[in-house]
Amino acid sequence: MTIIQWILLGSAMFSVGLYGVLTRRNAVLVLASVEIMLSAVNINLVAFDTYLADPAFTGQIFALFVIALAAAEVGIGIAIVLMIFRNRHSADVDELDLMRY
Amino acid sequence: MTIGDWLTEAANWVFLFLAVPTFVASLMVVSSKNVVRAVLYLVIALGGSAALFLMLGSEFVGWTIVLVYIGAVIILFLIGIMITRAPLTKSVDLSHPISARAPAALLSVLLFGVMAWAVVQSFGLETIPFPDEATSTGEIGVSIFTLWVVPFEVMSFVLLAALIGGIALARRDEAPAERQP
Repeated sequence: MTIIQWILLGSAMFSVGLYGVLTRRNAVLVLASVEIMLSAVNINLVAFDTYLADPAFTGQIFALFVIALAAAEVGIGIAIVLMIFRNRHSADVDELDLMRY
Repeated sequence: MTIGDWLTEAANWVFLFLAVPTFVASLMVVSSKNVVRAVLYLVIALGGSAALFLMLGSEFVGWTIVLVYIGAVIILFLIGIMITRAPLTKSVDLSHPISARAPAALLSVLLFGVMAWAVVQSFGLETIPFPDEATSTGEIGVSIFTLWVVPFEVMSFVLLAALIGGIALARRDEAPAERQP
């Protein structure tokens, strides 16, 4: 196994997630695209952890922290989407333009 | 090393077998016209990444992905879809029109190109050593509770704050007149 095959997979998934964040209009699907980006970062971290054979397992532990933060982020994100839906009757991010210049 | 040498190694076939569905499923998450299917493709993408972590010998991270993401986060997404009354059948409103999608696709491809160029320039064909131990979960636990114990405590505080914040954001404020004394 080479290291670049893992990093290329991580980069490809990160780019796909970026495309989703930029193009999706439904707020829940924007959050799902962010999850793909975080998952790509996890692949990167774990692959480099195995590559470096770190005795402290720093890469894997940071992947665990990323997972915990992603869970917290989804919880807060869904709560915000729910509140926006309650006030505006829509989960479309294009309609949230109150702060636009 | 040529592509033929790369393909003679059995581990690379396992990698392809897992990585191609993971990548295709993540493409479907960002392009599917059905909102529920997009979230269910996320299950395949995350399950594939968990299997890839098992292949790298980091099974604790892999099973945590299965428990936290596939167990809990997907359910949150489905609940979010149902609460926001998204159309459950095919819908064209889920993405921007093609005129806005094309620059985003170009930007993503350019980003991938820059990252791929940088990685190939830096690492070339260096190989990953196979992990020699069957499991590393015990050592990960020791490392979390010795070297990384302060970040671990900070993370527990973040989770508590997210829990309280989620409840405070999502609960409906009752009107004072309806409140019983």
